[in-house]
Amino acid sequence: MVPRPHTVRRVWQETHDTFTLELAPAAGDGAAPSSFAPGQFNMLYAFGVGEAAISISGDPARPERLVHTIRAVGATTKALARLRRGDTVGIRGPFGSQWPLGEAAGRDIVIIAGGIGLAPLRPVVYHVLQNRQNYGNVVLLYGARSPGDLLYAKELEQWRGRFDLEVQVAVDRAPATWRGTVGVVTNFIPRARFDPSEAVAMICGPEIMMRFAVQGIEELEMKSESIYISMERNMKCAVGFCGHCQFGPAFICKDGPVFSYESVRALLNIRGI
Amino acid sequence: METLERILAAHPFFSGMEERYIQLLVGCASNVRFDAGQYIFRAEEEANLFYLIRQGKVALEAFGPERGPIVILTLEQGDVLGWSWLIPPHRYKFDARVVEFTRAIALDGTCLRKKSEENHDLGYEFMKRFSQLMARALQATRLQLLNVYELNP
Ligand SMILES: Cc1cc2nc3c(=O)[nH]c(=O)nc-3n(C[C@H](O)[C@H](O)[C@H](O)COP(=O)(O)OP(=O)(O)OC[C@H]3O[C@@H](n4cnc5c(N)ncnc54)[C@H](O)[C@@H]3O)c2cc1C
Repeated sequence: MVPRPHTVRRVWQETHDTFTLELAPAAGDGAAPSSFAPGQFNMLYAFGVGEAAISISGDPARPERLVHTIRAVGATTKALARLRRGDTVGIRGPFGSQWPLGEAAGRDIVIIAGGIGLAPLRPVVYHVLQNRQNYGNVVLLYGARSPGDLLYAKELEQWRGRFDLEVQVAVDRAPATWRGTVGVVTNFIPRARFDPSEAVAMICGPEIMMRFAVQGIEELEMKSESIYISMERNMKCAVGFCGHCQFGPAFICKDGPVFSYESVRALLNIRGI
Repeated sequence: METLERILAAHPFFSGMEERYIQLLVGCASNVRFDAGQYIFRAEEEANLFYLIRQGKVALEAFGPERGPIVILTLEQGDVLGWSWLIPPHRYKFDARVVEFTRAIALDGTCLRKKSEENHDLGYEFMKRFSQLMARALQATRLQLLNVYELNP
């Protein structure tokens, strides 16, 4: 699969090291924009530098507005950070499994995100809010390092103002001027409004945080089949070819990134990939 | 009107505690409220009270002259504020600043220590609850220390 050229429509900075790109198929590329399911990702190719797997963080109901939120950590993502309006980037995708929104129908949903992990979960929030009557209580628990590291701060504030969504935000450290919560995001789990016997959990963040989140949820005696996590470990080809992200019979790129916790429990303790 | 006994029994900290113990404790309890900006206690003060938060938000802060106040943790509805009454030399370790108007039940540590000495079953119930609370807080602090959101912490 060759990368399709896309044009940068807009770029904005989310935090000191994280930015969002809005892309559209380059002029002359007659094909329609690809639709995607929440949880899926694209391979973004910074020409001459390299490719990186990046989740789609926009609204699945508006695939013509292809949105990616990227943290600049290495050569490729730093090259992507230098893109400006009108520049071109290559896209392969969308790839990967999706969050279990069908399975969650009629049930409570608890979304737990840490740091950049909110990006692949934002399409879930969009979908749920557009189809609100299909779900029970919906809770979003979000943790970041400091108030300045919160993604989508304006949107979080809007969502918090709604009566049909519980939003809790915690940071690890904050100056005395911060009026929000300081502490770990997992502290919210026992007091959030969802029924553990009925709910579906969707978790994405640093793996240590995901492990603690799963523990917190399991303490409420939620079934591990109802817990889903997104494994965003490094990958190269995205189509199950190169074996870079292979674990036993599973490839994170092809079978993931969204897995049921049940099927990936052992993977979380593997250090190699 | 809600009696103090009911309020105590309804707080998660006392969840499942037998009524006879609650009755023993109620004499050590009082209803309190604090406005935003107030300090419930400051580091180094003698620690005789602890608080079951019913509503509001309190920041636990450490103060360093070079760095100013640093928030370590915020406590909200359902949380317990203050352990120093339990452990000698009974002095608070941090400042507790009220972020949002807060209602709480204050429990008198001297009174509780006395009752627990007289009735070890009550004391054991109390210690079970506090040790759980402390273990949880320690786990959470470890996770916070790991600085998990940094690539190279
Ligand atoms: C399915 C999937 C979805 C992803 N979605 C996003 C997203 O929406 N936004 C985003 O910013 N990133 C996302 N990532 C992570 C992103 O792919 C990597 O950060 C990227 O490959 C880094 O490439 P690079 O060349 O810039 O840095 P590299 O030079 O490859 O790496 C720089 C540093 O980051 C570390 N690193 C690289 N990849 C990861 C990783 N996956 N997890 C933890 N540390 C890593 C490396 O060990 C190194 O220390 C996703 C990854 C996967 C597998």
